[in-house]
Amino acid sequence: MNWIKNFVRPKIRGILGTKKDTPDNMWIKCPLSGEMVFYRDLEANQFVVPSSGYHMNWKPKLRLAAMFDDGAYENIEFPEVAVDPLKFKDQKKYTDRLKAAKANTDQADVIVTGYGKLHDLPIVMTVQDFKFMGGSLGMAAGEALIVSMQLAVEKKCPFVLFVASGGARMQEGILSLMQMPRTTVAVQQLREAKLPYIVVLTDPTTGGVTASYAMLGDIHLAEPNARIGFAGARVIEQTIREKLPAGFQRSEYLLDHGMVDLIVHRHEMRNTVAQIARMLMKAPAIEMIKKAVHEEEPVAETNDQPLEVSDSSDDKESVQD
Amino acid sequence: MTNFLDFESQIADLRGRVAELKALAKEDEAMSIDDEVEKLEARADKHLVDLYKQLDPWQKTQVARHPERPHCKDYVAGLITEFTPMAGDRKFSEDQAIISGLGRFRGEPVMVLGQEKGHDTDSRLKRNFGMARPEGYRKAVRLMEMAEKFDIPVISFVDTSGAYPGIGAEERGQAEAIARSTDCCLGLGVPIISIVIGEGGSGGAIAIATANTVLMLEHAIYSVISPEGAASILWKDSSKAQDAAKSMKITATDLKEFGVIDDIIAEPVGGAHRDREKTLNDVSDAIANALLAFKKLSPDELRKQRRDKFLAIGRDL
Repeated sequence: MNWIKNFVRPKIRGILGTKKDTPDNMWIKCPLSGEMVFYRDLEANQFVVPSSGYHMNWKPKLRLAAMFDDGAYENIEFPEVAVDPLKFKDQKKYTDRLKAAKANTDQADVIVTGYGKLHDLPIVMTVQDFKFMGGSLGMAAGEALIVSMQLAVEKKCPFVLFVASGGARMQEGILSLMQMPRTTVAVQQLREAKLPYIVVLTDPTTGGVTASYAMLGDIHLAEPNARIGFAGARVIEQTIREKLPAGFQRSEYLLDHGMVDLIVHRHEMRNTVAQIARMLMKAPAIEMIKKAVHEEEPVAETNDQPLEVSDSSDDKESVQD
Repeated sequence: MTNFLDFESQIADLRGRVAELKALAKEDEAMSIDDEVEKLEARADKHLVDLYKQLDPWQKTQVARHPERPHCKDYVAGLITEFTPMAGDRKFSEDQAIISGLGRFRGEPVMVLGQEKGHDTDSRLKRNFGMARPEGYRKAVRLMEMAEKFDIPVISFVDTSGAYPGIGAEERGQAEAIARSTDCCLGLGVPIISIVIGEGGSGGAIAIATANTVLMLEHAIYSVISPEGAASILWKDSSKAQDAAKSMKITATDLKEFGVIDDIIAEPVGGAHRDREKTLNDVSDAIANALLAFKKLSPDELRKQRRDKFLAIGRDL
């Protein structure tokens, strides 16, 4: 009767909502220092290894919860797109890869977007998740990015993108390549509306994603030591038959070469993004709103369409960090 | 025709026999070979017609990369008068992987851009096999902006296996250069017409192919990654390039079906390289038609047409 155990148990677990959030392996190895870190310690430290400062992958929903005020934001739904238009199969069927990725991440695809407030400023923030098929840019992601950027245009608020991706989703062939110009149209719409577009480059961001919307921000921030580039290291090594220099394609290297404005530690990200967004939107400094709230004076209006975000409403996603 | 592709071996064989017969006849004037030559040539011709009617994607890949296929340089020489090359990105250097300059197409000024792969060792090295560095794309942006300023349409010939993957290219922001070039294409207030003449390789192609009209030669290919690249990444086996070529849907017919390209330009029997003159004429007509369609549109209408077209791609699949 083993098959019952195998097939039924996970389902019951799902229904009961007791699905484990923590991996079976409670100790995680730091890729930088090799030391073993307790999972709970990582979780409490925004998935930055406390001693080495290594920035690990951070689940989109946790990241959004940490960025938005009180962890509250409206989770944005995206239109459905054609699934597997090429009927693609390599070693595995593309549809099977998609299914596995969905099961592993509880996401529909790579893009998760929230609309909420950041230090009181209405804002749209999007995370592109590397854990879902390498964060690859396909039709679903392209459409989701367009919808997210257009939402910022509609709400007249800044757009922030935390990006990580290996590039175009090869299983969607030319249609994935077409997401480069398609997303660029949405970037232009943000630009024409004179709304800030802040890109936060996280580990890793390469290929067609870097070669389109990820390099078209008004501001490029990067997490420390993130790999950012166009071609993969292996491809370059094969082409030039030389060893790559130390630190090649890392955030610090891009900063040196003028492609990134600033490297920001994850712990400082919320304040840095808020400061930049507020300055570009000509909203008062964060200190000023804190004071205003403290003195119970009306907060200066920063937007034509004030946003109401409440933790209690059903259609809104609220996650505590 | 000396340069046969692998899958053309039967035709090569027949043509070889014709050549042999002709050589023999030269030595022996009494020999009558006309009937035999005619028969063999008719067979070879029929083979060629049949073969090219149903090329598979991998065969098309080989035709698209054929060393004698007309390259950007040939289209410029054949279709553009008063061609005046314009070099340099004004920031770092000139990149000869992209041919660029002003010229006249059927008498009207145009800005021409296109990747050039080269035709022999020297020119291939000079052109870096048609793989542009950031400077190539920045030069393209500079010249597209100039075209816009002077209200001159842009014609781009796409033929690259991709943007160059190298240390210097990364150092100088290859990704940013490509992104800006695509961005520039999309924002142009003048018409831009792109023709995929050989290989449309990924971001390196789209950077100059985000156009009001995208045309593609019948046996050209256009893909997100080369079949070899896809094979080594997805199949973990670079010998699976044929499978990758088939799976990825890279032919003009596939792309037309997806709405990614606007029209297919038919090639002469046996591919563009077998009748360069006809190919050039047909490409010329296709460009003229495409330009005509945009003649009366305002800059905003041109931008809108281009944006709407790209936003619509894939939405009806």
